[in-house]
Amino acid sequence: MGRTIIEKLWDAHSVADLGDGSHLLYIDRVMFHERTGSIALKGLEAAGRKVRNPEQVFGCMDHIVDTIPGRTDETMVPGGNAFITTTRDAAQKAGVNLFDLGDDRQGIVHVVSPEQGIVLPGVTLVCPDSHTCTQGAVGALAWGIGSTEAEHAMATKTLVVKKPKTMRVRFDGQPGLGITAKDLILRLIGEYTAAGGGGYAIEFAGEAIRAMPMEARFTLCNMAVEFGAWTGIIAPDECTYAYCDGRPFAPKAHVWEQALAHWKTLPSDADAVFDKEIVIDCADIVPQVTWGTSPQHETGIDGVVPDPANEPDANRRQSIERALEYMDLTPGTPLEGLPIDSAFIGSCTNARLSDLRAAGAIVKGRKVAAGVKAIVVPGSSQVKLAAEAEGLDAVFTEAGFEWRESGCSMCFFAGGENLGQEKRAVSSTNRNFENRQGPRTRTHLASPAMVAAAAIAGHLTDVRKLEQS
Amino acid sequence: MEKFIELTAIAAPLLRINIDTDAIIPSRELKRVSKKGLGTGLFAGWRYTELGSRIENPDFILNQPPYRDAGILLSGANFGCGSSREHAVWSLAEWGIRAIIAPSFGAIFYSNCVRNGILPVILDDERIATLADIVSANPAENRIAIDLEQQTVVAVDGGTDTFDITPADRRMLMEGLDPIAVTMQRDDEILAFQARDRLKRPWVYL
Repeated sequence: MGRTIIEKLWDAHSVADLGDGSHLLYIDRVMFHERTGSIALKGLEAAGRKVRNPEQVFGCMDHIVDTIPGRTDETMVPGGNAFITTTRDAAQKAGVNLFDLGDDRQGIVHVVSPEQGIVLPGVTLVCPDSHTCTQGAVGALAWGIGSTEAEHAMATKTLVVKKPKTMRVRFDGQPGLGITAKDLILRLIGEYTAAGGGGYAIEFAGEAIRAMPMEARFTLCNMAVEFGAWTGIIAPDECTYAYCDGRPFAPKAHVWEQALAHWKTLPSDADAVFDKEIVIDCADIVPQVTWGTSPQHETGIDGVVPDPANEPDANRRQSIERALEYMDLTPGTPLEGLPIDSAFIGSCTNARLSDLRAAGAIVKGRKVAAGVKAIVVPGSSQVKLAAEAEGLDAVFTEAGFEWRESGCSMCFFAGGENLGQEKRAVSSTNRNFENRQGPRTRTHLASPAMVAAAAIAGHLTDVRKLEQS
Repeated sequence: MEKFIELTAIAAPLLRINIDTDAIIPSRELKRVSKKGLGTGLFAGWRYTELGSRIENPDFILNQPPYRDAGILLSGANFGCGSSREHAVWSLAEWGIRAIIAPSFGAIFYSNCVRNGILPVILDDERIATLADIVSANPAENRIAIDLEQQTVVAVDGGTDTFDITPADRRMLMEGLDPIAVTMQRDDEILAFQARDRLKRPWVYL
């Protein structure tokens, strides 16, 4: 019987079968950021342990740093300065790579890693951050861990991991005009719940994935964790190889052909069997938007806020009732037309160059609606530079958006900046949890173009209407 | 790491689904580069009346007298989903929670628990609802007993449930092992793997 891509990567990295369903897996790359990586590096130091292969460990400053132009180590996050300086000192002592403030490679760890060619097809990569699954988009086994496991991975080059079940999610058909990877992954989570992928490593496959550019694939894999999955992966293809070619840490000329030959053996065999298969028909998907406090609380922009009375499952009913109270919404309210207070384009989900271009195309020549706070935070300093080179910064600022330095920014509220108490925000991020973007901030998740459209209209709206106007 | 062998404790029902790690400890409570001092930030958004305040919300279950001494949480599906922050586990442990019973857990959160002396127990929804009814009737008296060696959960109704856990996780909790030290016993295997792999995939070795 053939093997799935997940099994191929698993077998290739298994140092030892521990006999109870778990394996000691070899870890090719470890990444970290200043919030959780700082604790891991400090933990190693305190235990007198060394990083085994520091040249294969990479850190980014993204979680705590400010994104306001002219930033320094000082930050609005209470106590944040210590995270920045501790990470810098510990990284230097350990001899690991760090993309610090002022380095033009700095940015959000999951944007920077593929950009620099750190993650590659066929590697195992871990990072003490849940959105590490983003990086599975190049055909890597990449997953989020805690700080203690990060210490383990850095000290031993391995982790003890329970073998996950395998699932294939096939996106069939071609999405319509204006429908993005964000809409596809939100639809999947809405249909099968935020716990639907629990215990699985998921291969995203199908016609829509094959036609999807690399940057959109990152968006899709980014939210595998929002589906409850251990991680997500997309088999590498010509699109992946072209993306990797020439990146700073990617294989150079003399080993490129050897690497390529290896990568081409990775896709799942035709007769491979998955533990579970799901098929999503993309043809009927409209732009998606969330109405509640879990990514599973979502519907099409043409939809209405649901009535909990129609939900037969008691737990889900209670979760809807609680969400509606938090979001200040009543059942039956159309999502189209819901007034917003702020619009945020950023995060490891949707702040790559193609995302900024898509949003910029909506914004160009228009103005942000009166009273709406609108912000763009590029996913990396490289994305920022590339966007500026083509004039996208001017497109956004002339429309009334703020144009920021790169970082995680207001994807979450860490005590510094936020999107406002009881304010309604539309956001290109991945989590609409209670208080995530600010105390009592009400977050609606959507694609970058949908966020841009809402910023212009002053309310949630179907981006396809604006494009046609 | 503190060992977990058995525990008989007050159990607090917090039967919501999808309780994420941002709810368990909000980002704004992660103020120091430390695993300590996080207990007061546990469930800060629900536990206190105002942002940044320490005035307790009397409606929140862990603020109510018998449950203030809870050692076990009963919860809904997908507990600990979201952010990987291990601070969620450190804050639960510091507050006094030693075991969590839920129908399912966020994957990273589950691993973090096992590495910090907290036992995650998976039981089905229906049984958890029954356990919640039993403990609610008399929280201080109707304690729940968990035996990790036997892999059982016993309630005062006489019902005994068994739960699954991998032998490696069970051993780590019962013996309070240092996982790095355990792995380093296989260091020869790791180095041999690395030497072989370097020949097969030279481009991976920077």
